[in-house]
Amino acid sequence: MSEREVILEVGGVSKSFGGLKAVQDFGLTLAKGDLQGLIGPNGAGKTTVFNLLTGVYGPDVGDIRLGGVRINGLRPHRINGLGLARTFQNIRLFGELSVLDNVKLARHVRVRHSMLASVLRTAGSVNEETEIEDRAMELLRLFDLADRAHEDARSLPYGDQRRLEIARAMATDPKVLLLDEPAAGMNPQEKVEVAGLIRRVRDEFGMAVLLIEHDMGLVMKICEKITVLDYGKVIASGAPGVVRNDPKVIEAYLGVEDT
Amino acid sequence: MERVGGLAAMVRSALPLLGVVGLAVLMQFGLKPLLGEGGSFYSKLLLDIGINAMLAVSLTMVNGFTGQFSIGHAAFMAVGAYTAAILTYYGSAYAVGGEVFADAGVQGGLVSTMLTERVREDGVAVAWVTRSDLLFAGALFAGGLVAAVCGWVVGLPSLRLKGDYLAIVTLGFGEVVRVLIQSQTADVLYTVEEIKEAPVVGVAQMFATRSEEWVAPLWLRAGGSLGFSGLPFYTSLFWVFLWCGLTMVVAYRIKNSTYGRAFLSIREDEIAAEAMGVNTTRYKVRAFVLAAFFAGVAGGLFAHTSGVQLNAGELGFVKSFDIIIMVVLGGLGSISGAALAAVIVTLLPEALRDPPSLLFPMGEGDGASFFPWSLIVLGVVGTAVWWRAERKVRAVLVLLVTVLAWEALRYGARKAQVDLSDYRNVMYALALILMMILRPRGLLGVGEVWDRRKPKVGTQPKVGTRPGATL
Repeated sequence: MSEREVILEVGGVSKSFGGLKAVQDFGLTLAKGDLQGLIGPNGAGKTTVFNLLTGVYGPDVGDIRLGGVRINGLRPHRINGLGLARTFQNIRLFGELSVLDNVKLARHVRVRHSMLASVLRTAGSVNEETEIEDRAMELLRLFDLADRAHEDARSLPYGDQRRLEIARAMATDPKVLLLDEPAAGMNPQEKVEVAGLIRRVRDEFGMAVLLIEHDMGLVMKICEKITVLDYGKVIASGAPGVVRNDPKVIEAYLGVEDT
Repeated sequence: MERVGGLAAMVRSALPLLGVVGLAVLMQFGLKPLLGEGGSFYSKLLLDIGINAMLAVSLTMVNGFTGQFSIGHAAFMAVGAYTAAILTYYGSAYAVGGEVFADAGVQGGLVSTMLTERVREDGVAVAWVTRSDLLFAGALFAGGLVAAVCGWVVGLPSLRLKGDYLAIVTLGFGEVVRVLIQSQTADVLYTVEEIKEAPVVGVAQMFATRSEEWVAPLWLRAGGSLGFSGLPFYTSLFWVFLWCGLTMVVAYRIKNSTYGRAFLSIREDEIAAEAMGVNTTRYKVRAFVLAAFFAGVAGGLFAHTSGVQLNAGELGFVKSFDIIIMVVLGGLGSISGAALAAVIVTLLPEALRDPPSLLFPMGEGDGASFFPWSLIVLGVVGTAVWWRAERKVRAVLVLLVTVLAWEALRYGARKAQVDLSDYRNVMYALALILMMILRPRGLLGVGEVWDRRKPKVGTQPKVGTRPGATL
């Protein structure tokens, strides 16, 4: 694993909200093709880590490098443009836009023609719009959403909405994909499908995936490496088998036995 | 993949624009003569419709596309109106020379006057386009540009403010503009002789004449609270529908492009839009700038309409609310909806002056003149409702009940010897309320008139909506 190209490098990142130390000294390395998990009890700071990585918050201290570029404090759309895309724990689709338009919007960050070209409908802009549509349909087919392309996104069933969020994130051509509880609220069958999908995304597109998930079975099954957060601190990190038996992890999840 | 060549794209791009020019020419030289004697009232209504549609469609770019709630749109109109007015009023002295404004209306060519004949009554042949027309066209554009700069200034706070807070800022901006124009500009307008002497650049003059009596620069003599009178009546059906069509084409093309999706994504979920790579601040400002530009041009058109005395007092928040009503009534984000609502909001209060019967011809002065037209209007509305509505029978029943209730109201009013037109403002308001109850998401929702209905779940065609969409 070590000889693969490192894409995301996080070191010594901390963030406080007032007196609350949400994340302390967080570190993580993600290489091309990695599939890693970030777990921890509720309130451990997992989503805060995602928000720090994607630029929703800037870290107080520490360093986040994406493909060698320092991205601390950049606005989210800039970070996305550099190749980091995410999904949201509480689904944030563009509800009144069609499924297709949700994915097409995500291609916007790669658009080369100007707004004036759009208004003038130059050949370049028309052809690029065609490219966008083709690419979006391709992704929808991959995610099995193609026959719902023209429905409003909010009219999709819950599981499809989660998949659409992943498809939308993929449409930005990310190097790193952050998935915030991609299987939340799904039944066991759907979870198996999502797990397969995440693996496929990683294998076919060769991107690095970092996911937050509460379903231990899912995380243990698909992740090669797991980082465990508790009270904003990394308490364990390593292969699933190692993490599962780490006493600190067991303590964080189950509490200490009274003796 | 299907690729489009440069020439083909150019032709396709130009066709709608040529269509707009064609429409404008048709309105001016085809429809206008048909209106015939006493047609100026209908012409004025058409001008109002066109200008209001421009305002509504431009505001749609802010309130509809990006979901920012701006309630100071009339201020951009005022800025554009006064900029254009100053340019044509004072500029004509330089561009055309002589005693211009007294008889300025006829200085314009055929495209800029309400005249429809090549030869005026006094036997003078009228050119199609004169220097005054070019001045007017330039003034409109300049008005748009100055308004766009204001749009940029107002767009800036929208980076930090949301919802009600932004609304307050735009409202405040609107009032500031109105008050500044009313209080800071001089009532007295320059005469032609004075213009030749007067400073074009006011600031330089202020420094040069520090010790002497202060001479107001041209742009500060704009009528003040009395209003800017004596403007040439250049605005014609041609200019209004040229710009109105242009506004709609631009809005439509933006909406149906990657930039339109970027605008809409901000309305839907700003955080997600930002996370998907949309520079939300940039596009919010762009929306304001674009909307302000077209509102500014609309203001310029309004200022030069015959029968209008330009006064900033009329371009305050009441006007802004009128525009918002159109946008909301049409459906937030719908371009054709905003235009349709502009038609309704302009015509309805006029129609209610002499409450028309929809089903029966009645005696003189009793809305009778509208009778044969009313059946056509009802037919069009009925067809549209049938075509668009999801629950067709219910929709048509509602329409039928509304029409019958209207006739019953008219009948009752006649029996009770009540003049319904006394209550026209009440009826207008009630009609708006009724429409919003029946169509809570606006007449057309976010869609357009020509959009096919969304297929029901499971019954829609398989993928590959475009023939070119292959892997």
